[in-house]
Amino acid sequence: MANANLAGLVRGSVAVVGAAESDLGQVAPNTHPMDIMAQATMRALDDCGLTLKDVDGLFVAATQVRMGPMAFAEYMRIKPRYFDGTIIGGSSFMTHVTHAHAALQLGLCDVALITYGSTQRSVSRAAASPREYNYYEAPYRAFMPPSAYAMAAARHMHQYGTTREQLAAVAVAARKWALMNPKAWEKEPLTIEQVLNARMVSYPFTVRDCCLVLDGGGAIVMTRADRAKALRKKPVYVLGEGESLSHANISSMPDFTVSAAKESGAQAYAMAKMRPSDMQMLSLYDAFTITPLMFLEDLGFCKKGEGGPLVASGAIEPGGKLPVNTSGGGLSYCHPGMYGLLVMIEAIRQIRGECGQRQVKDCNVTLAQGNGGVFSSECTVIFGSEATL
Amino acid sequence: MSSLKEKSPLGVFLDHLAKGELAYQVSLDDNKAFYYPRAVAPGTGSDNLEWRVSKGLGTVYTTTVVHYKGEPPLNVAMIDVDEGFRMMSRVEDIDPMQVKIGMRVKFRVHPGDAKQPPYPVFTPVENK
Repeated sequence: MANANLAGLVRGSVAVVGAAESDLGQVAPNTHPMDIMAQATMRALDDCGLTLKDVDGLFVAATQVRMGPMAFAEYMRIKPRYFDGTIIGGSSFMTHVTHAHAALQLGLCDVALITYGSTQRSVSRAAASPREYNYYEAPYRAFMPPSAYAMAAARHMHQYGTTREQLAAVAVAARKWALMNPKAWEKEPLTIEQVLNARMVSYPFTVRDCCLVLDGGGAIVMTRADRAKALRKKPVYVLGEGESLSHANISSMPDFTVSAAKESGAQAYAMAKMRPSDMQMLSLYDAFTITPLMFLEDLGFCKKGEGGPLVASGAIEPGGKLPVNTSGGGLSYCHPGMYGLLVMIEAIRQIRGECGQRQVKDCNVTLAQGNGGVFSSECTVIFGSEATL
Repeated sequence: MSSLKEKSPLGVFLDHLAKGELAYQVSLDDNKAFYYPRAVAPGTGSDNLEWRVSKGLGTVYTTTVVHYKGEPPLNVAMIDVDEGFRMMSRVEDIDPMQVKIGMRVKFRVHPGDAKQPPYPVFTPVENK
């Protein structure tokens, strides 16, 4: 059994056939998050040549639409046979891929739509993602989520000698990629010094160690492999999946220097029958500079504690040996609250060869790492071209 | 299981705090301490629980300094309490940037205010 946690899911039995972003950045006043989902949905359906009538599996998670599948089915006036509104933060959509995989394989649906939308820039983050009251954390007024990740970074620095400059290198690499992505929010170059000298948010993070707060969303469409071949675009097959829940509140994270991506990654590699060295491009949820750094360790691209030197070596930048977050990531391209769907869309596009100036050459295998909460839910999806089947 | 109609886990915790005590629970089945307080033991679901009072000593596991606009910098830290549980808190009576990982700290009660019930904070042991 390749993947004990997700036993039964067959490598390559389903594919992503449609993928699209909505308008990103700043939408018009009074735009509803479901307006964004609807726009992305129709773009993703157009991308593959399917229609709204074909959609019979619906997967929705959004902080501003609590009962996502129900509300969006109403908005689109569709009646999905199968639906799922699992919400575990930014990695919700990787989980939706896994759940859609199961549903498609079992015939519970034939065309699965996964969508997300947020207007957090327009309405404020506090309004878009109100926090649940927790007596054991609330009195300390941590700035969440940055302070949680800052405490992980501080522990990593203490234990492994990771430096603020190394963290900043993640933001600088993201910016270099973003300058090659016309859809990226950030348009100006960024230096290590600018990251270090920016406004301090939660030590050791300045505002440049933290992701953007923007409006936006996306959608992807999945079908079984047999049907995928007949559609408009080259299918992008799901080769491996893994998911792991570690905790919900940062106080309960077992080891602040190790994420549950270690478990989700191991599951995904086992299912894909692949190793880290087989991955040609990585889409690693970069809510903060510490997240890709730790994921590189936990997903096996370097030893624990060596993420700092790895990111500072230039390996993850354009021209480096390990392209990471070629879109510009949540740090420089777009971060609309729960960013996992956009994390996957870039990994899908790299396999399709649609990334223009930032395209990774001969890209057949990519890994998308979702992250939710405060290093809380970690979900991995490995995508491959037909050549990898 | 003790009745939730009589007392909640947080209710017991706050009763102890009102007496100046940092209380925590131990699952007697495996003698493991846990925090935050719960109705049953995490991992086993056992209701064979005991409330104990901590000596109030701990070590900073990790720390950050939050910068809210127009406010002085604010410490937030994770404290590994000697009895074997970890909690979020704040280290007071010290420049927030001088709160260091590994620092020994001691519990005291912050009285809270009209909106906020009392809550545990810590102060450096060395500076006493």
